[in-house]
Amino acid sequence: MKTVEELERIRKQAQAMTRLREGKETTRIVVGMGTCGIAAGARETLSAIMDELAKRNIQDVVVTQTGCVGLCEQEPIVDVIKPGAAKVTYGKVTKEKARQIVASHIVNGQVVGEWVIASA
Amino acid sequence: MEFYRSHVLVCGGTPCVLEGCKGVRDALIAEVKRRGLDREVKVVETGCLGPCDLGPVIVVYPEGTLYQKVRVSDVPEIVEQHLLKGRVVTRLVGEAPQAGVVKYEEPTYLGVQERIVLRNCGVIDPESIEEYIARDGYRALAKCLTEMKPADVIEAVKKSGLVGRGGAAFPTGLKWSFTANADADQKYILCNADEGEPGTFKDRLILEGDPHSILEGMAIAGYAVGANKGFIYVRGEYVLSIERLGKAIEQAKALGLLGSNIFGSGFSFDVEIRKGAGAYVCGEETGLIESIEGKRGEPRIKPPYPGTEGLYGKPTVVNNVETIANIPPILLNGPDWFRQFGTERCPGTKVFTLTGDITNKGLIEVPMGITLRRVIYEIGGGIPGGREFKMAQTGGTSGGCLPKELLDVPMDYFTLPEHGSALGSGALLIMDDSHCIVDIAECFMRFFEHESCGKCTPCREGTARLHEIVAKIARGEGKPGDLELLDELGSVMQVSSLCGLGQAAPVPIKTMLKYFRDEFEAHINDRLCPTGTCGI
Repeated sequence: MKTVEELERIRKQAQAMTRLREGKETTRIVVGMGTCGIAAGARETLSAIMDELAKRNIQDVVVTQTGCVGLCEQEPIVDVIKPGAAKVTYGKVTKEKARQIVASHIVNGQVVGEWVIASA
Repeated sequence: MEFYRSHVLVCGGTPCVLEGCKGVRDALIAEVKRRGLDREVKVVETGCLGPCDLGPVIVVYPEGTLYQKVRVSDVPEIVEQHLLKGRVVTRLVGEAPQAGVVKYEEPTYLGVQERIVLRNCGVIDPESIEEYIARDGYRALAKCLTEMKPADVIEAVKKSGLVGRGGAAFPTGLKWSFTANADADQKYILCNADEGEPGTFKDRLILEGDPHSILEGMAIAGYAVGANKGFIYVRGEYVLSIERLGKAIEQAKALGLLGSNIFGSGFSFDVEIRKGAGAYVCGEETGLIESIEGKRGEPRIKPPYPGTEGLYGKPTVVNNVETIANIPPILLNGPDWFRQFGTERCPGTKVFTLTGDITNKGLIEVPMGITLRRVIYEIGGGIPGGREFKMAQTGGTSGGCLPKELLDVPMDYFTLPEHGSALGSGALLIMDDSHCIVDIAECFMRFFEHESCGKCTPCREGTARLHEIVAKIARGEGKPGDLELLDELGSVMQVSSLCGLGQAAPVPIKTMLKYFRDEFEAHINDRLCPTGTCGI
């Protein structure tokens, strides 16, 4: 290694790779993976979100799952929580909708109003 | 670069390896793949997480859930419930000090710990130089080589107040300055990883969990004193340490972080590994040097000290693994940052290995000056089985034995010697009231008799006689005057032995005589072992 800049470049890349171990505040996408969610296709929704994030090379988003919140009818349910902003809950998120939520809400910061079932 | 939504860190430290973590890791990888999660979940092997008797231990991020005693048969449940559905498998979380959810920044299972040396252990993949770099790895080296003069580096280490963590507590900056000021065509940096003290396994777990921190620290030391060659003398039994160090050296060379003209500064540094063959005395710095030179492992007469006349007669710095691991953060964050930890006389932290009759056995790092009581009861979880604390031996087999009256003494390199003990390498052996002091003493003295190299008479004869007398007392053949004889013999060994082995061997006996004399007297005068251990 000949320059400090070179080290810095590797550091930035590697940090993106290990960011989710840091527990720092960042955008979170939470997919309902209760039995109801899975039955409604939440697994495919989750895969679509992962795939879309990877395609767009988005590294600073944490994707987790949760259990049934009691709105089984609305599953698959996806929460998007941006730091400092209210939690936005989407209902009946198919894999196509999921991709669009990533594109619109995560990337462009535009909440997809028509699919929102709760916002707090 | 791959994006994963979850990282599963499997502890790959030796204690977990012995508990079968490799099988768990392989099962996790297979099950994750079978469930079609291998693009979403990454399984990473990491260094020691600390709770060594709860192994195999795994941590799932981003939640930071710590699972303990994970068996291969638990893997399908973890994958299905946690990784697929996001439900924590509570039965594997346990009630022990962590309450289920741990976070990377401040893992709650660590309690009052302060992690400087172990900053990367259990957090990164030790076989990935990139993950080390992500955690500010090699930035201290870059800073030293591009912004600081060698004298500035030594000055910073001096100011930090860092003292050697191998046991002797010699000021590290001062040690470096001896070698820096010596005029020679060749100088060496040696890393002493010949951790021979029974009950100590911190160096092993540091090397396994964060090998690059040692390479970086050694390179900084090399720059500071003008050495371009380093050797790591590591115990041959430390197979995993050797393997990971070897990989780390290769990776660092490939990136040009070892080798010639590092960061274009003109400074070159190379590191080689030397395996020890398992002699306790080779942890003594001159014995270690003899061994590297291919000779019989026996200590040299000092002076001259290695700082001016060491390996192959050249000026040589010999530092312990833990000391070296402290170097990069000190240089990166400055000496003032370091001094905020620990005590005024003894700044920084200390890594301890908790063993014996204690609930949470394992590896911990705490601020210097913490009391034994807090370590045993707050971090260690107290004495199991409803028994009473009897004694703690600090500093390994050559350290002193402290009774419950001394539980509130601050543990640092200067306070413990006032009570006849030593902080040593950081082994903490806890014993409950079921153990007989004479029996323990006999065991310790047998060890020293076996490990004495035989070069000097006080140690060769002294360790044998200490063992002989104590063994007689244990058999019920002790006679009046034996205790005085032990004490006198110990004093002679302490002042006349050639190296630390003979000087420290009487330490446990002397403290036992001071704090537990009545038990020895019961064996001699009443032919009675109060705990019924000795069978007389």
